[in-house]
Amino acid sequence: MSRFRRLGRFLVALPPYAWLVVFFLIPCLIVFKISLSEAQQGIPPYLPLVDWAAEAGTRLRVNLGNYGYLFGDELYAAAYLGSLRLAGISTLCCLLIGYPAAYAIARAPGAWRHSLLLLVALPFWTSFLIRVYAWIGILKTEGLLNGLLLWLGIITEPLQILQTNLAVVIGMVYSYLPFMVLPLYANLEKMDLSLLEAAADLGCRPFRAFLAVTLPLSVPGIIAGSVLVFVPAVGEFVIPDLLGGPDTLMIGKVLWAEFFDNRDWPVASAVAVAMLVLLVAPVMVFQHIQHKRAEATR
Amino acid sequence: MSERQPFAPWTDPGADPLIRFDRVTKRFGDFTAVEAVDLAIYQGEFFSLLGASGCGKTTLLRMLAGFETPSEGRIFIDGVDVSAVPPYERPVNMMFQSYALFPHMSVEQNVAFGLRQDGMPKARIKDKVRDVLDLVRMTGFAGRRPHQLSGGQRQRVALARCLAKEPKVLLLDEPLAALDRKLREQTQLELVGIQDRVGITFVMVTHDQGEAMTMSSRIGVMNTGHIRQIGTPVDIYEYPTSRFVADFIGAANMFDGTVTGGGDGRLTVACPELGHDIAVDYSGALAAGAPVTVMVRPEKMAVSRERPVEGMNWTEGGIADMAYLGDVSVYHVRLESGHKIEVLRTNLRHSGDRPPDWDDRVFVSWHPANALVLTR
Ligand SMILES: Nc1ncnc2c1ncn2[C@@H]1O[C@H](COP(=O)(O)OP(=O)(O)OP(=O)(O)O)[C@@H](O)[C@H]1O
Ligand SMILES: [Mg+2]
Repeated sequence: MSRFRRLGRFLVALPPYAWLVVFFLIPCLIVFKISLSEAQQGIPPYLPLVDWAAEAGTRLRVNLGNYGYLFGDELYAAAYLGSLRLAGISTLCCLLIGYPAAYAIARAPGAWRHSLLLLVALPFWTSFLIRVYAWIGILKTEGLLNGLLLWLGIITEPLQILQTNLAVVIGMVYSYLPFMVLPLYANLEKMDLSLLEAAADLGCRPFRAFLAVTLPLSVPGIIAGSVLVFVPAVGEFVIPDLLGGPDTLMIGKVLWAEFFDNRDWPVASAVAVAMLVLLVAPVMVFQHIQHKRAEATR
Repeated sequence: MSERQPFAPWTDPGADPLIRFDRVTKRFGDFTAVEAVDLAIYQGEFFSLLGASGCGKTTLLRMLAGFETPSEGRIFIDGVDVSAVPPYERPVNMMFQSYALFPHMSVEQNVAFGLRQDGMPKARIKDKVRDVLDLVRMTGFAGRRPHQLSGGQRQRVALARCLAKEPKVLLLDEPLAALDRKLREQTQLELVGIQDRVGITFVMVTHDQGEAMTMSSRIGVMNTGHIRQIGTPVDIYEYPTSRFVADFIGAANMFDGTVTGGGDGRLTVACPELGHDIAVDYSGALAAGAPVTVMVRPEKMAVSRERPVEGMNWTEGGIADMAYLGDVSVYHVRLESGHKIEVLRTNLRHSGDRPPDWDDRVFVSWHPANALVLTR
């Protein structure tokens, strides 16, 4: 009986784990391996890590130089910081827009909630790439936004928004907003409203009750939403490439350039590994907090 | 030497009620949850709202707390119409059925929360919190979070949080429902003791009639949005004014009949189920032919194998069921008509006269003063 159970459990758990191993863990290891090898002209454009053919026997050729290179050239540090900065600003904007939105949806009458949630998820029906392209049409000098502002007489000269960091932030906020709204909604929706009644009963005005009760209790939702926005935003390539300008320095673009323009796979891999490490740290902090929270409210 | 006055402000026509409901109705859409309720509750009372699930008890309490606004009618607290006063400005505090303790705050912070809203100085908050935690015997738990407490302890903290505010009225929505029976009985007495000490008016919702009986100065019996009767536990049990209340509180034997005559504070009623006429004490006037229900509580009847003495109402039948409960035995006697009567018999003696047993023909008897005429 229990043997069958264990077998069943194993079989159910197998496909997702197999999927993760084959399409996530192994590629990661391959990238990590490449990041330790040396570049060469040819196919593949790097030397094997383990040299089988040498007469002196099998030899391991580990090259940490690629990582050293990341430290050596200021470009990389600047690109990392640029990514963190733009992703941070975008996350903050998403939070400022997404929190009231999620709150409004969570407190809307039951019949409305599903329609409103559907609206939040609606952009996913269209390809991400097309939606980012559409922003070019809106933001460019002779685009919709400038046209509108000129027509309203608010400005006399068209504004240069496209190909600036502002356009990148707009694009990222637009693209990642649902990832902020949905976890926040899930959190706010399951909040026990009698807590707010209790607060009111004890003499607390609505806004103070929000600060004292709702906000602290929604911290897990804020963290979840922020991680979901921040992490992909840091590594974002498409948005800075399409909407950003020459001074938009983001690590995703640098990685692209290393890989396709310079054909330096080992350095590109090292950039990717460094980015992974940089992002895994906050995620682990997040999970640690989540875990502690879950224990505290059980 | 003055005699100790019984606490009964509701009998004093000059007394002003602390809480007054004036024909209050609450509708949700086209559903009427509370209908035309008139209610007066006095300072120092322990008032219970008793009724089956869904009868509108919580709705009534929530209107008093300010979470629902009456669709019609007005509510006065201490003479002030509170219809337009938001919950955070009302001099009442509510202990929620779910306790609604803030999960992200310690016990101490929970209790201090209401005091901080009042802008009380820190040092005084500290003293006050210590005092109320003392009162509910939770002193050692000040630093814990609600999830680290047992159900009973959470209930005490919720109570302390309300008491700290020293409200004029404390509202309790089924405060003891989550506790096991033993703890519940113990806490009932404690609650009454605390109420005695702090002198705050308590309004409690419950669907446990034993609880309402032991704790309350008065009880309001509710049914489908109406208050059917308001009275002391004794009133409600001994003198229910309607079939519904008689049936809802305790066990009752009820016989439908018609008045055949009367006078001198006594009626004669023909009850087809009993086979012959019975006499009932009744102070009012009812014309012959009026349909009535005669109610007799099981413990006010006697069951015996001997024919009862003259002047008693009686009927006879066979024992359909009996249960020995130690102090008392419960008999279910089936009459010729098929009607069943429940009778309690106190087991007074170790042995001696043989109690009625299976297969016995028995007589059930009761005095006319122990029956009640119900016209509603
Ligand atoms: N917000 C609401 N919207 C619609 N109907 C409601 C609402 N609140 C209560 N009701 C209805 O009003 C009636 C009375 O509800 P209430 O909560 O007062 O019952 P209760 O006597 O407290 O019952 P219980 O003992 O089960 O707690 C119920 O039929 C309930 O469905
Ligand atoms: Mg209720």
